[in-house]
Amino acid sequence: MAARKSTKKPTASGKELTKFYREMLLIRRFEEKAGQLYGMGLIGGFCHLYIGQEAVVVGLEAAAEEGDKRITSYRDHGHMLACGMDPGGVMAELTGRAGGYSRGKGGSMHMFSKEKNFYGGHGIVGAQVPLGAGLAFADKYKGNGRVSFAYFGDGASNQGQVYESFNMAALWDLPVIFVIENNQYAMGTAQKRSTSTPDIYTRGQAFGIPGEQVDGMDVLAVKAAGEKAVAHCRAGKGPYILEIKTYRYRGHSMSDPAKYRTREEVQKMREERDAIEHVRKLLLAGKHATEEDLKAIDKDIKNIVNKAADFAKESPEPALEELWTDIYADAATA
Amino acid sequence: MATEILMPALSPTMEEGTLAKWLVKEGDTVASGDILAEIETDKATMEFEAVDEGVIAKILIPEGSEGVKVNTAIAVLIEEGESLESVATTTPAAIPATAPAAPQEAAPTPPTTQAPAAPQSDLTPDWPEGTPLKSQTVREALRDAMAEEMRADEDVYLMGEEVAEYQGAYKISQGLLDEFGPKRVIDTPITEHGFAGIAVGSAYAGLKPIVEFMTFNFAVQAMDQIINSAAKTLYMSGGQMGAPMVFRGANGAAARVGAQHSQDYAAWFMQVPGLKVVMPYSASDAKGLLKTAIRDPNPVIFLENEILYGRSFDVPDMDDFTVPFGKARIWREGTDVTIVSFGIGMQYALEAADKLAEDGISAEVIDLRTLRPMDTATIINSVMKTNRCVTVEEGWPQGSVGSYISSVIMQQAFDYLDAPVINCTGKDVPMPYAANLEKLALVTTDEVIAAVKQVTYR
Repeated sequence: MAARKSTKKPTASGKELTKFYREMLLIRRFEEKAGQLYGMGLIGGFCHLYIGQEAVVVGLEAAAEEGDKRITSYRDHGHMLACGMDPGGVMAELTGRAGGYSRGKGGSMHMFSKEKNFYGGHGIVGAQVPLGAGLAFADKYKGNGRVSFAYFGDGASNQGQVYESFNMAALWDLPVIFVIENNQYAMGTAQKRSTSTPDIYTRGQAFGIPGEQVDGMDVLAVKAAGEKAVAHCRAGKGPYILEIKTYRYRGHSMSDPAKYRTREEVQKMREERDAIEHVRKLLLAGKHATEEDLKAIDKDIKNIVNKAADFAKESPEPALEELWTDIYADAATA
Repeated sequence: MATEILMPALSPTMEEGTLAKWLVKEGDTVASGDILAEIETDKATMEFEAVDEGVIAKILIPEGSEGVKVNTAIAVLIEEGESLESVATTTPAAIPATAPAAPQEAAPTPPTTQAPAAPQSDLTPDWPEGTPLKSQTVREALRDAMAEEMRADEDVYLMGEEVAEYQGAYKISQGLLDEFGPKRVIDTPITEHGFAGIAVGSAYAGLKPIVEFMTFNFAVQAMDQIINSAAKTLYMSGGQMGAPMVFRGANGAAARVGAQHSQDYAAWFMQVPGLKVVMPYSASDAKGLLKTAIRDPNPVIFLENEILYGRSFDVPDMDDFTVPFGKARIWREGTDVTIVSFGIGMQYALEAADKLAEDGISAEVIDLRTLRPMDTATIINSVMKTNRCVTVEEGWPQGSVGSYISSVIMQQAFDYLDAPVINCTGKDVPMPYAANLEKLALVTTDEVIAAVKQVTYR
């Protein structure tokens, strides 16, 4: 059983580092903007920001191939941007407008893209895990060689259906990578107060599923682990577990009292372990980019995000008729 | 350029709050993500973080201020190197809090006070006249429906507990493993929540699963996946993807199996937009409706009944026999009262109609067959003729299918009613085990007869 921590130090080309920098920065700036629009009342309801966890999806998307599938929880904006969905369409869904991915009917937690094989955006903690195994079931049934990524948090890892999924995925050799994004807090409950095992990936051992723990603040380590997991699944060896240790800088949702962890803890992570800063340093130290180059990227990303926000503000609210559409698929056209 | 920092809304319902504490002071440089202040509402104290970088030029609302309205300017942020004076003459570029205009009220359809014209109902027979018939059990009809659809479409598969090697806990899937193999007829572990979720996920990805619940009592374990993941996804995705699939199995009381194995879930599922709900009585309907369910691009709840599995009915012997959803069947025409039922309730309805005929009461008996969509037109047309209605079902009375039918009749045929609608239901108790008590808990033919006599004032 390959259940151990990764130790190798992976490397990347300047071109790849630049790509990672751009993608992670896009998520961070997008989320900051979403937080701003929320504060202005343009985004309502629940809004869960991904700031701090950017390296997880960016690293894993780098290990995925065209046609692979992904599904996640309600903290989903980063996953959508990382798989290439349009920032304007995502932001417009946050503002509940007709230009949003679900035409304003899904909101922050419920977006999908058939084109990008993004299967949501699910609001019930843990429910996306059997759904993700089901995506893999379909791929195995069709024999198309595709792999599915089922993302969930350390909190969800205590849901019973996760282990029901582990059992069947192992039993049926489903090509699914269970990605535990361990940001160390299940809403406001620290992992040690909610989870009996300190290393969550080891729970797969009971089902014969190999897994490993990965430094989620290091995008290169995440990508390397992702490649290994993908190769395992694609070879028909069944599921794989990646427990990616990450950290959420912001609250669980916009209304978070921030009383369950110290300000110093958050500040320490930001200052010492920030995933974007890490890549920035690699770019500069390796002379792959100058400060000026990075400033240009920052500016470019800021423009993309501002354009997305403008689109999200200008896109009209959905037509009132939309209330009554998409409840049933038409039998005639199916 | 100066930017106003506005009092944020930190929860969906927050309108105002207390600016409890500033964690920065004028002249401080801040970066995005730095905590600026603590905001208190009646629910919680929350930290408020900077979105942009810059220098805090001026604090407009001092700490300790209560009742600060959301979107009030609380501080001014300037870029590094600027002074507040140099930008003070220009209007701060605060982004106005343009909360989207409240959507216009959708114009509701005004409830009509006049009795409406008779609605259209489809009365075409289920099969052409002269079609040869064969006697078949409901069990065989269900098996044939699945086999025919699996032959026609490679994406259809059957999954559930004991569906393959055991040949079905109730022998519904008899022979399917032999014909279609273990790839398409899949025994699952006893893990309803998990395998329902896997089936829904596979449906998102284009397969057409048939999930067998040994009984619907166990589907309660999987309720979240059925409702939240299967029924709502088409809507939440703006029509991009949904779950074309069937959840089927035995529903309602069997005999002497106690409270946890004897519940009719028709009314529960019928409430959910996004689901279609089918509850057949006869073998021909079991076959024709299951074929329609498998082809339907939506999640369909298909409620069978253990007691009916072994019962035989005439089934048309023809290629590809289907029954459309939303079309009730009139089993018996009559003039004095309309009896509406579905599933095993039809047994009591038909028995009661036979006995009532002996007393000179002519009952029209309608089998709804599908509860969502529901063929209310056929009910209304019948009630306009008979002016009386009794509903029959095995489920509990509060929030029953019958209570919904009663409300539809009140709204659409109030002026035609000569008596209040009576709902014959199972008793409002968990199912007892003792034979005599169980009999008492179930709806009976005698109760249907008594209800009809009451509404016909006999």
